[in-house]
Amino acid sequence: MDRRSFLGTTAGAAAAAVLAPPLPQTDPVIRDLCLRALEAARGAGASYADVRVGRNRSQSVATREQQITGANESETFGFGVRVLVDGAWGFAASRELTRDEVVKVARSAVAQARANRRATRRPVTLAPVDPVQDGRWQSPVEIDPFKVPLEDKVQLLLAANAAALQAGARFVNSSLAFFLQEKTYASTDDVFTVQQIYRCLPQMTVTAVDPAAGGFETRNSAEIAPMGLGYEWVLKADLAGNAPRWAEEAVRKLTAKSVEAGTYDLVLDPHHLFLTIHESIAHPTELDRVLGYEANYAGTSFAAPPEAVLGKLKWGPEFMTIQGDRSQAGSLSACGWDDDGVAPETYQIIRNGVLVDYQTTRDQVEWIRPYTGRTRSHGCSYAESWADVQFQRMPNVSLLPGERDLTVDDLIAATDTGIYIVGRGSYSIDQQRYNFQFGGQAFYEIQGGKIVGMLKDVAYQSRTLDFWNSLDLLGGPRSYALNGSFNDGKGQPSQSNAVSHGCPPARFRSVNVINTGRYRG
Amino acid sequence: MAEGLSREEARRLADRVFALARAEGCQVSIGSGVDGNTRFAANQISTSGDTANAVLTVSARFGKRQASATTNVFDDAGLARAVETSERLARLAPENPELMPLLPPQTYGEVGASFPVTERLDAAQRADAVRTAADACEAAGLQGAGFVQRTAGASAVANSGGLFAHHHSSDAAYTLTVRTPDGRGSGWAGTAHNDWTRMTGAAALADRAIAKARGSREPVALEPGKYAVVLEPTAVGNLLGLMAFAMNARAADEGRSFFAKRGGGTKLGERVVDERVTVLSDPGDPDLLEQPFTGEGLPVGRTVWIERGVLKNLAYDRFWADKQGVAPVPFGGGIKLAGGTATTAELIAQVPRGLLVTRFWYIRAVDQRSLLFTGLTRDGLFLIENGRVTQAVRNFRFNESPVIMLNNLEAIGRAERVAASESGGVGGSVVVPPLLVREFTFTSISEAV
Repeated sequence: MDRRSFLGTTAGAAAAAVLAPPLPQTDPVIRDLCLRALEAARGAGASYADVRVGRNRSQSVATREQQITGANESETFGFGVRVLVDGAWGFAASRELTRDEVVKVARSAVAQARANRRATRRPVTLAPVDPVQDGRWQSPVEIDPFKVPLEDKVQLLLAANAAALQAGARFVNSSLAFFLQEKTYASTDDVFTVQQIYRCLPQMTVTAVDPAAGGFETRNSAEIAPMGLGYEWVLKADLAGNAPRWAEEAVRKLTAKSVEAGTYDLVLDPHHLFLTIHESIAHPTELDRVLGYEANYAGTSFAAPPEAVLGKLKWGPEFMTIQGDRSQAGSLSACGWDDDGVAPETYQIIRNGVLVDYQTTRDQVEWIRPYTGRTRSHGCSYAESWADVQFQRMPNVSLLPGERDLTVDDLIAATDTGIYIVGRGSYSIDQQRYNFQFGGQAFYEIQGGKIVGMLKDVAYQSRTLDFWNSLDLLGGPRSYALNGSFNDGKGQPSQSNAVSHGCPPARFRSVNVINTGRYRG
Repeated sequence: MAEGLSREEARRLADRVFALARAEGCQVSIGSGVDGNTRFAANQISTSGDTANAVLTVSARFGKRQASATTNVFDDAGLARAVETSERLARLAPENPELMPLLPPQTYGEVGASFPVTERLDAAQRADAVRTAADACEAAGLQGAGFVQRTAGASAVANSGGLFAHHHSSDAAYTLTVRTPDGRGSGWAGTAHNDWTRMTGAAALADRAIAKARGSREPVALEPGKYAVVLEPTAVGNLLGLMAFAMNARAADEGRSFFAKRGGGTKLGERVVDERVTVLSDPGDPDLLEQPFTGEGLPVGRTVWIERGVLKNLAYDRFWADKQGVAPVPFGGGIKLAGGTATTAELIAQVPRGLLVTRFWYIRAVDQRSLLFTGLTRDGLFLIENGRVTQAVRNFRFNESPVIMLNNLEAIGRAERVAASESGGVGGSVVVPPLLVREFTFTSISEAV
């Protein structure tokens, strides 16, 4: 029996029958079920509905030293229906994709929207979207990570661990994580798309220990970015080739000079700076935060209200440009269409150092249209899975490189007294994104334009606008690199998003540096 | 009827997996249930959702080789695929010398963590709870944003050696942030419990957050430095969990933890905090009501981590316990800092000059050796003068260790269940008192409101 006839014979009689195995997302049966859900929602009174059928597949392998600590493969399947009734949202989801269940869930979403009307003051309006008949998009994957044998993955990690141990590490943890989101989306606004979104995360942390002094230091693979790519990225990351350097740095950190607190010029590597951009630019330009919609968890934003700051707020120097996009090749938030069915656009959030726009979804456009003149969404809608309702999540938010062809070495050479910071460390920022404190993985003392040694216990503490307005040197196009956050939390219940941030190395003047080792006995 | 798979349903499902399995050993973990939630902002509902799901993980083992596969498709083909995947991966995986044998059948304490009112809390009831708070905010000319979440379901663990564990639970949380329209004041209140009827009601919750929002306007900027602080229970909960996560025996034995002793070994048996401090976990405690077994089916009982200031236990997984010749000590069972009898107001009355902290935010580890954390105060920081709250204070960033905080203890108040998860939803059970602490270290001012 082929799948279609299986479904045909069981659809009426056995409502609980689950498709097995889950159909390819391109199967016409999936399309029929999506349309059935939309019809059911409309029939129950929804003015708008969309449905996402999703299959989330993940695989992870973890090791420590010379042994495996975990191997897991996960696959979940289901669908979610979102509806608008009288301007109020409702959402319901289920793991049973059957003809009866899609109708039941669609009606449940409508019932919920009706319940929500009692606490609605301003009805939702949706910005227009272009119809898409049969859109297809897939991440630019060269080697499908799910087809690479597990032994190869384990071998790769254990070889990297061995290299680190040989170079002086006492402990090593390493892992590979792969993720595939297959998603079919359909809406009553005539959008139908099928997408396959891949992500991968190679990771390693080495620890050096000095038991006599009671000390230990770690160094992780901060320069290896999570990417929206396949296994080819893991091979390119060359964990085994890099491991000795990370191990040596962890050992050197044990005896590195503890930083003297004070004011320093900072040269920040792209694999560090991306997280500062994420926290102090990308989050405060999320429009839902700006308007108080995330006040109870993620927080609000200092970049508010829109009418007072758009086109006026000087975030940084004239040569600073911040771009939002979901199109950089291999980036984590790349996609063909967002979870509103909108094809995302590349646009500027900060132009000539001034805030000019925010991140938006279809239901947010109207909120700032009078101030931006924009009538379309930037395509920032995203849900972690079929089981979660979509909302505004950040696209890739990137600092564009400078015009001069400067490298990180040029920035160091131009700095008299400072600290060069590589890799993400501890990070914390307030709920309106004014005050932050960031650590790193490796810190190097700069004297007279040269690196003179390693430092430890470094964290810098600043105010967002003070910090960005102290930016005075940017690397050029050749020095631009992508890194990213594989698990960025936002929303209630909290949903995880993966996003990349590109930037060149950059220099910031006179930043307050604290010593984080002061409590050690 | 309780949400999630019943004991019998879970057992039948596990047996279907065992019938398909060809591995030498097999473990099945099943989570099932519903999540219903409603969010609101600007005094109206923004999004909501009702999701039903069930997920099964099968772990196959051949000798010391093990791997697992997870699925939410429970028909014969779906289960067969999960079994096949786990066995294929397990055969390919290298031997794990630390893999412990499957546990034999165990005996568990019964924990009644599922409450009918919470189980039945639907979208309409959540919307009513939202409207009560939103209407109060609207009437007060303030902006309310909040989150009502209810989860209900069951977890089960079974293995091919005959072990079977099953636990039903319901949980709810309601957190609310109220802001002044000009963005100059912000207040928070939250409540969480397995039993919706034991939580603070929406009206009282709104009153508390509204009072904080109003009181937090026109804050004065104080110099960063060391202050006496009264930490409300939520603020204590925010910090205490961080210390609990560090109580891992292996990390301490390996010399990479605050609980490692210089020169080797752990700090077990040493006094690490003030002698009035006792920290414990207990799934059967009527305030905690947590799952009485671990992910591999090891029973979780009452564990006293710190007794009168002395480190009594660190968590040992089965491998490390075996290697060290001790009994395993599992994590789990919630966390409770035993309290006294004083109210927060009575602690405030003892303070000549200090600060009252409503809660903390964005707390991250800075230095693992000293358990140093950084984070910020949020949604209500107030000056205490001569035993009375006198005015709002600009938020501070702190750099402080919960260990130092518990050494600088002046007084302990009455413990209560708090909503202490960073995301403001359902989280692990935390029962903590308000604390009066001297010399809490604030390092810079934040303009955030």
